[in-house]
Amino acid sequence: MKPTTVVDSRGTMCPGPITDLFRAYRNANVGDVIELLATDPGAKSDTDAWAKRSGNEVVAVIDEKDYIRIQIRVVKKGKQ
Amino acid sequence: MNSKDKRNKLVIVCSKGSLDMAYPPLMLATTGAAMGMEVHLYFTFWGINMISKKTIDSLKISPVGNPALPMPNILGMLPGMTSMLTSMMQKKMDKIKMPTIPEMIKTAKESGVKFHACSPTLDMMGLKREDLIPEVDDIIGAATYLDLASEDAITLFV
Repeated sequence: MKPTTVVDSRGTMCPGPITDLFRAYRNANVGDVIELLATDPGAKSDTDAWAKRSGNEVVAVIDEKDYIRIQIRVVKKGKQ
Repeated sequence: MNSKDKRNKLVIVCSKGSLDMAYPPLMLATTGAAMGMEVHLYFTFWGINMISKKTIDSLKISPVGNPALPMPNILGMLPGMTSMLTSMMQKKMDKIKMPTIPEMIKTAKESGVKFHACSPTLDMMGLKREDLIPEVDDIIGAATYLDLASEDAITLFV
C-alpha cells in the first residue's frame, strides 16, 4: 500500500516512534495511511497498542533488513 | 460497549530529582498523551528539580545507596563519583540517542501533557513561578491533585 506520509523514526527509542506517529496522526486526515519506520524493538507492540487505543488500524507490518515498516490507516480522528 | 474498563487519564507524581528517575514519568507521560490520554504530571519535593530553571540542566545520579549499581558505597562517597556516574549515564543515553530531560519535557508539553508544581514544596524551597520553566501550567495543592486522580485515572508515584 502506498502511504500518504512516511515517518522515519529509525534510531529512536520509546517513546520516539509513538510520539513521531502521533505527530503525523495529528496532521493526517481520515483515510490517510501513515508509514512508520522504526528500529526500536518495542515499536510493533507499541503501535498495536496505540492503534487499539486510538481506534485506528494497523494495515501492514513489513520486516526490512535493519528496521520495521508499519502502515497505519487513519480511521478515526479523536479529540485532540 | 464503551471503554468503561479502560481509564483515560494518567496522573503521575514526580517526587525524585535524580537523572535516572526523571525519565520514567516523562516517557510514560508522552506515550500516554500519544495514546489519547489526558496526562498530568505533579512535581513535588525533589521532582521540582525537573522543572526548576536552575537545576533542570544538571540533574545527577548518585552511586551511593543504590544497590542496583555495582559500586560499593564507600567508593561512591568519594568526591567526584556522582559526577562520574552522571556523565557515564549521559554517555549511554547519548549513544542510544535518548533525548535530554529538557527535550523530553518540551515533547511532553507539545503532546498535551499538563505540568503542575506543588505549592508547599515551592514555598519550602523559596521558589516562585518565575523560577520554574515555562512549560509549568500552574501551581496546585494536594486537594487539586487528589481531585484529578480520583476519577478515571491511572495514578503512579515516582
